Amino acid sequence: MEEAAAEQKYNFDVVRWFAVMTAVYLVVGATVGVYIASELAWPVLNLDSPYLSFGRLRPLHTNAVIFAFGGCILMATTFYTVQRTCGVKLWSNKLAWFTFWGWNLIIVAAVITLPLGLTQSKEYAELEWPIDLAIAVVWLSFMFNFMMTIANRKTKHIYVSNWFFMGMMIMITILHVVNSAAIPVGAFKSYSVYSGVQDAMIQWWWGHNAVGFYLTAGFLGIMYYFVPKQANRPVFSYRLSVIHFWALMFGYVWLGAHHLQYTALPDWTGSLGAAVSIAMIIPSWGGAVNGMMTLSGAWDKLRNDYVLRFLIMSLAFYAMSTFEGPIMSIKTVNALSHYTDWTIGHVHSGALGWVAMVGIGALYHMIPKVFHTPMYSQKLINMHFWTATVGTVVYIVAMWVSGIMQGLMWRAYDDYGTLAYTFAESVEAMHPYYAMRAIGGAIFLLGAVIMLYNIIMTVLKAKSEGTVKAAQTAAVTA
Amino acid sequence: MAFNDPQANEKGMQSKAEKNVWLLAFFTFLVVSVAGIVEIVPLFYLDSALPAKNIPGVVWKREAGQSLDDWKEGDGVRPLKPLELAGRDIYQREGCYLCHSQMVRPFRDEKERYGHYSLASESMYDHPFQWGSKRTGPDLARLGGKYSDEWHIQHLKAPRSVVPESVMPNYPWLLENTVDGETLKAHMRGLRSVGVPYTDADIESAAAITGKTEMEAVVAYLQQLGTMVKFQEGVEYHE
Repeated sequence: MEEAAAEQKYNFDVVRWFAVMTAVYLVVGATVGVYIASELAWPVLNLDSPYLSFGRLRPLHTNAVIFAFGGCILMATTFYTVQRTCGVKLWSNKLAWFTFWGWNLIIVAAVITLPLGLTQSKEYAELEWPIDLAIAVVWLSFMFNFMMTIANRKTKHIYVSNWFFMGMMIMITILHVVNSAAIPVGAFKSYSVYSGVQDAMIQWWWGHNAVGFYLTAGFLGIMYYFVPKQANRPVFSYRLSVIHFWALMFGYVWLGAHHLQYTALPDWTGSLGAAVSIAMIIPSWGGAVNGMMTLSGAWDKLRNDYVLRFLIMSLAFYAMSTFEGPIMSIKTVNALSHYTDWTIGHVHSGALGWVAMVGIGALYHMIPKVFHTPMYSQKLINMHFWTATVGTVVYIVAMWVSGIMQGLMWRAYDDYGTLAYTFAESVEAMHPYYAMRAIGGAIFLLGAVIMLYNIIMTVLKAKSEGTVKAAQTAAVTA
Repeated sequence: MAFNDPQANEKGMQSKAEKNVWLLAFFTFLVVSVAGIVEIVPLFYLDSALPAKNIPGVVWKREAGQSLDDWKEGDGVRPLKPLELAGRDIYQREGCYLCHSQMVRPFRDEKERYGHYSLASESMYDHPFQWGSKRTGPDLARLGGKYSDEWHIQHLKAPRSVVPESVMPNYPWLLENTVDGETLKAHMRGLRSVGVPYTDADIESAAAITGKTEMEAVVAYLQQLGTMVKFQEGVEYHE
C-alpha cells in the first residue's frame, strides 16, 4: 500500500533503469580491472594487440568504474533520494530520461574510443573533446533537474543528502570545464590549453576532486540517506553533518597539490596541499562517525541485516582511507609512497571499500523498493558481502607490500654507497604481489557477478509477478 | 534535543541556506572556489612558477629566421620537431604516461638513477604535461641519449628480449604504421594557438615526415627527452 503510493507519486522508471545498469557496469569495470591487473603479472596477456594493451585498457577500467558504475549509482540514488526527501516527483521525467540515454551513450563512446587510443592523456579525464562536450551537456541536465526538483519540494528544509549531491554537481561542473579545456586539432584529437606546471596543478586539482566530490561527496549523499533508512534510525547528529558538509566543501579542493610534492611545482603548493590534507582527517572522521553512530543502540542489526553490513563496512573503509590519505600526503611519507603501488592500494581501499560498498548497499536497499519485490536471495547478498570484503583486503594488502617495497628498493644503497638495486630488479620483485592483486580483484569481481545474478533474478521475478504494474494501478487512498 | 534539531536556529545562515536551494548553491560555489584561486591562479603569473627560465641555456631564445634545425645542444628548451611531436602523439595514444613518469625529484637516489632533477621550464611546451603519477617502469625524463636507437627499437618491439624482468607490452604495430605530415601540420597549428612558438616554416617542414614509421617517431621523441638543457656545475636552478 505504502509502496504503491510511492510508485504513483514518484518517477521510479528511470531509477529502475539506472539501478540495473549500475550492476552491469560494476561487472564490466571490474572485469577490465582484473584483466589489466593480470597483464602486469603476466605481460603475455597483452597479446601484441593495440586494443588490449595495458596503456589503452587502463583508462577504460578507470572510466568504467568511475563514470559508468559510479555515475549510474549516483544518478539512480540521486533521482530516488531527491524525490523521497522532497516529497515531489522529478521536475522533468523527460529530462531524466535524456540524462539516462545521454550518459549511457557517453559510456558506449568511451568503450569504443579508449581502446582505439583516442585520449587526451589526462588521468581520469581521458575522453576526447566531442565526448567532453556531451558530458558537460548531460551533466548539466542532471544538475538542473535535481535543483528544480528541490525548488519544487514540499518539505521546508533541504535534506542533508541533497546538500552533498548538489555540492558534487557544482564542483564537478567547474572541474570538468576548466580541466578539459583543450584546443581541437582533429575529430578526436586535442591538446590541453595548459602546459607543464599549470597543467599539472589543474590536472591534479581535477584528479583529487574527482575523488573528493564525485566519489566522496556524492557517495556521502548516498550514505546520509541509505544508512538511516536501512537502520531505521535518524542520522546521529544534525550538527555534525553541517560541519561535515561545509568543511568537506572547503577543504577537499586544496588537496590536489599533494600529488605533486617534490616535483617542479613551487614548493608552497605541495606544502599547502599537505597541510590541508592532514586537517581533512577531522571532517572525514566526523562524517564516518556520524554514519556509524547512526547505528548506536542498534548494533545487533548487523547480525542479520546484510545490506547494513555493506553500509557499515563502507564507513569503516572510508574512515581508514581518509586516515591513510593524509598520512601519505606528509612530505616525508610521500617521498617514499609517490610513484609506487601504495597509491594504487590507497585508491582501491577507497574505491572498493568505500565507494563500491556504499553503492552496493544502496542498490540492495533500493532494488526491492522500486521493483516492489524482496531480493531473490538474502544468502547471495551475504556471500557478496564476504567476497567483496575479502577481495578488497587481499587487493590492498598486496599493494601496500609492493608499494612500500618498491619505494625502499629504489632508495636502497649498498655498503659502497651505490644504488643497491636496478629498476628491473624492483619490477621482478613485484611479480608475486601483482599476481596476488589480480586474485584479490577476481574475488571482488566474483561478488559483483553474484550481485548481477541476484538482481536479474529479482527483476525477472518482479516482471513475472507483475509487481510494478500492480503498484502503478493499485487503488491508493490519499 | 536542540543538538539534533534543524529548527533550533531558524534565523541563522545555515537555516536560510537549507531552505533555499539557490542560496545553498551560491554559498557552495563560493566555498569551493577559494582553493583554486589560491593554488592555481598564481601559477599563471608568478615568476616562481618557472624559476629557471631566465638562466642562460634553459630556454632557447630563437632569433628571427632560425629553423628548429638551427637549435644546437646547450641552447635550452625548444618546441619539439615534427617527427618528435608525432612520437609524442603516439606516446600519449599508447598511454605510456600511465606507467612511466617524466619528473625526476631532487633526491640523491633519483639523481643517481635518472639524472638531474626536472625543471618546470623543461615541460613549458608540454600540452598536456607528461609527468605521470606512477613508476611501474622507470622514469623517462632523462632518457634521451642513454641507449642507442637500435636498442629502443628492439625494446619497443619485444621488451623482454632486452630486459627479461620487464612487464611492458610489446609494440610491434609501431613498425607497421606510418605517420602523416599533413596531420602533424594541423597538430602544430593547434599547439601554436595555445602558445608553443612554432613558425610557419616549422609547420611547413612537417610535410617531410610523411611515410616514416611510428617507430622512428617514438624513438625520435624518446631520444630528445631531458637533453635540451645542459646543466652547468655551480648553477642553482631551483629557488
